[in-house]
Amino acid sequence: MSEQHPFGAPVTFRIGGRPYEGTYGDSLLETLHRYGYEVPSLCHHEAVSAYGACRLCLVEVVDKRGRHKITTSCNFPVQAGIDVLLDTPDVVRHRRVVLELLLAMAPRSPELRALAAEHDVPGGRLEPDESAEDCILCGLCERVCREVVGANAIAMSARGTAKRMTTPYDAENPACIACGACVYVCPTRCIGLEEADGKRTILRWGRTLPLAVCQQTGRAFTPQFLLEHYAKKLGGLDEKVFRKAPPYR
Amino acid sequence: MDLAKVDRIVDKYQGSPAALLPILQDIQAQENWLPREALQRVADKLQVPLTRVYGMATFFRAFSLKPRGKHICTVCMGTACHVRGAPKLVEKIERDMKIRAGETTPDLEFTLETVNCVGACALGPLVILDGTYHGNITSAKLDKVLKGIGRTK
Repeated sequence: MSEQHPFGAPVTFRIGGRPYEGTYGDSLLETLHRYGYEVPSLCHHEAVSAYGACRLCLVEVVDKRGRHKITTSCNFPVQAGIDVLLDTPDVVRHRRVVLELLLAMAPRSPELRALAAEHDVPGGRLEPDESAEDCILCGLCERVCREVVGANAIAMSARGTAKRMTTPYDAENPACIACGACVYVCPTRCIGLEEADGKRTILRWGRTLPLAVCQQTGRAFTPQFLLEHYAKKLGGLDEKVFRKAPPYR
Repeated sequence: MDLAKVDRIVDKYQGSPAALLPILQDIQAQENWLPREALQRVADKLQVPLTRVYGMATFFRAFSLKPRGKHICTVCMGTACHVRGAPKLVEKIERDMKIRAGETTPDLEFTLETVNCVGACALGPLVILDGTYHGNITSAKLDKVLKGIGRTK
């Protein structure tokens, strides 16, 4: 291990045998992406903490003593002296199985189907779960809701085969500000947002809030409740700011 | 549930969010289950999101979000008990009490639960009735045990 390096120290490591500069403790996946390497991933977003749920960002890491191991790169820290091997036969094989399993969970997701086709995933071995909600339990919506929005409206409940992403008691949650961040980040687009009659509904969480109307254009632009949430959170701002949509402020 | 009771339990742990799990355990010990108002009250008092409280309450099998009966009968369904006939015991109780595993009789007297192993495999099949372990149980012995709480059919 590289005890001599504190977190954030520059280190050198290898990708496929070629030397690269990195920062000790950084996400390996993000570093690989920065250098232009393509590694598939569904549950990772730079704005939130790594979770390692989708298992697609697998790489093979060779440590200083030459030991190989397969690991998710999103939550693996960059460290000195490692060699990161991409798309080795083992990685490709494991990733195919992972994709097969994910596809069974979200059989209707076009994104996942495209990804499966891209990786030559054979179909038909696992029966797709038709009752599934197309959610792959990647937890990205929960992390965005907690870490970025700060609303804490949704979370994982139960465990094992009963594990689901829900609001408490599957009821409309007054903590939800209907910002739609979860809808935006969901890799399988299984949450859904609808706007009609001056109201916005987050379909999966059953949350409906009236939209505020922009004073400049007269068009609905965002939930009133969300504006109040941010007015309170930011504090001290002229409340006139929130009467218009962002481009007209 | 009396929310003052919830307040007392939370105060016992100085309102520390780290004590969420023991707080839920204490509520369950008092009420036999976790009422919705109690969870909301805990979330408000500890200032943790209800999503976290709900997540924890649903994660552990020891917690129940539905009212449970005065008497709780747990049948071990671990491998050893399973091969020695535990599923038949469960079926028998389900038939006799007219409830399924995980359910409670409408009079809130009796709850049937299954558990995956209690670590007493040598005694299998095993039934735990209100905290008392009954080992090597048969259908006839089960009747006798259930008679003890005034429930046979």
